[in-house]
This record gives sequence, structure tokens and C-alpha cells, in this order.
Amino acid sequence: MTDCRKLRLSLESTLDSIDAAELIVQRLAELNGFNEDQVHQIGMGVRETVANAVKHGNAFNLAKRVSFDAAVDEAAFEVTVTDQGAGFELEDVADPCEGDNLLRASGRGLLMMKAFFDEVEVGRCAGTGTRVRLVKYCAKGAS
Amino acid sequence: MSLSTEVREYSGVTIVDMTGRITLGEESGHVRDTVRGLLESGATKIVLNLAGVTYIDSSGLGELVSAYTTSRNQGCEIKLLNVQAKVQDLLQITKLHTVFHCLTDETEAVTSF
Repeated sequence: MTDCRKLRLSLESTLDSIDAAELIVQRLAELNGFNEDQVHQIGMGVRETVANAVKHGNAFNLAKRVSFDAAVDEAAFEVTVTDQGAGFELEDVADPCEGDNLLRASGRGLLMMKAFFDEVEVGRCAGTGTRVRLVKYCAKGAS
Repeated sequence: MSLSTEVREYSGVTIVDMTGRITLGEESGHVRDTVRGLLESGATKIVLNLAGVTYIDSSGLGELVSAYTTSRNQGCEIKLLNVQAKVQDLLQITKLHTVFHCLTDETEAVTSF
């Protein structure tokens, strides 16, 4: 990445951190010329990712942190969120759009990340927990 | 921006006017408490007016689904009114548009039960 803006944060496992992460990436996206719809999508995808890390990964445990990295240049907006939880297997995540899953109260976060970002990678980090990497390519002016 | 709700009656239908965001935390809990209170008071036809709701996250969607299923199990029907564009997009992405009956006119919503 050339002329890249980078940001690294260590977030508490609280609801306030979810709001903060959303606001930060929205501002970063605005400053880098993303349009209103893209800013909304970036904010929402990051909100879902950090919410998963805080709620499901770290289970609101204040002794555990959420690592948050954002980088943006003229080509892409990239965010990596890492928790300190037990991790999960992607194949265990049910399709929330299928059959009776439609009426489940949870399980839509990953679907929303994939809807709003061009790339979504979920992996496990030895000794740390789950790492989610999101990339949205810059098509300035497009939605 | 937190969530505020106002409850009114119109021709035997309970209408809940909602304003703000429905997200993980107090806001989702507010939806849950409001619907639970209406069910306890005997409501059988509920319209959630989302005209003032511009943002719902996955937890908020989950809360709406819970409200829908809890109400249905108690013989009450819930419909959505004035769903804003970004929220409508979410309903499409999650296919919840196939679950919720969404309307854009209050009178039509009231007479649709």
C-alpha cells in the first residue's frame, strides 16, 4: 500500500468499544473519499466483527482485549480484528438464511460482514483466539 | 443515539413508534421489554413503526425476530411499518423480508390484520 493510513488499537471487551470502532472506521473512510453508502457498509461490517469479538470471543471478559488494526490507501480499506477467545470452526456456523435458521435470534453477523466487504477471512491465531480480516476495495463513488 | 418508543392504539391495533438505533445492548433490550409488556397487557395485533429507525445491527435484527416468534407463540401478530432503505437492504440480505410483513401505509397496516 502506498500513502497508507494505519491505525492500531487495543480495545476493552465492552459495548462502548463496538461503538468506538464503528465511529473510527466511518471517519477514516470519510477522510479517504468513500461515499456515504460505503462508509455505512464499512461501519456496519466492522461493528459486527468487533461485536463478535467482544461478545462471543471474549465474552465481555474485561481481562481480555480486542486487537484492532485498520489500514486504508487508494486501493483498499482493510481491517483486522483479533480476540482472545476460544475460537470457533467456520463449518459450525449455520446458514442463517436456511430453513428454520431464519427464525433464530442470532447468527447473522458473518453474513453481514460478507455482504459489506469484498473479502472476509476468518482464522485462528495460536495463543490469541479468532482473527477476522476484512477488505473493501476502493471504487470511489460506487456503492 | 439510543432508542425511544411511543405506544398508541389505532382501531384495535397497537402501534409502536420507534426512533433511533436498534443495536446490541440497551437498545435491543428496550425492544424486548416493550414487546413483552404489550403481550402481557393482552395485545394481539402489533405494528412496529420503524420510520425513525435508520440503523439496525444483527443483534437488533435478532431482537425483531425474537419479538416475532414470541408474539406468534402467544397468538399475537407483528408487522413492520415504514422500514427505511438501509434497514430494508438488511432484511433482503438476511432474507428476513420473507418472514416479516412490511407495509408503507399506516391505515393499510392497521386494516391488514
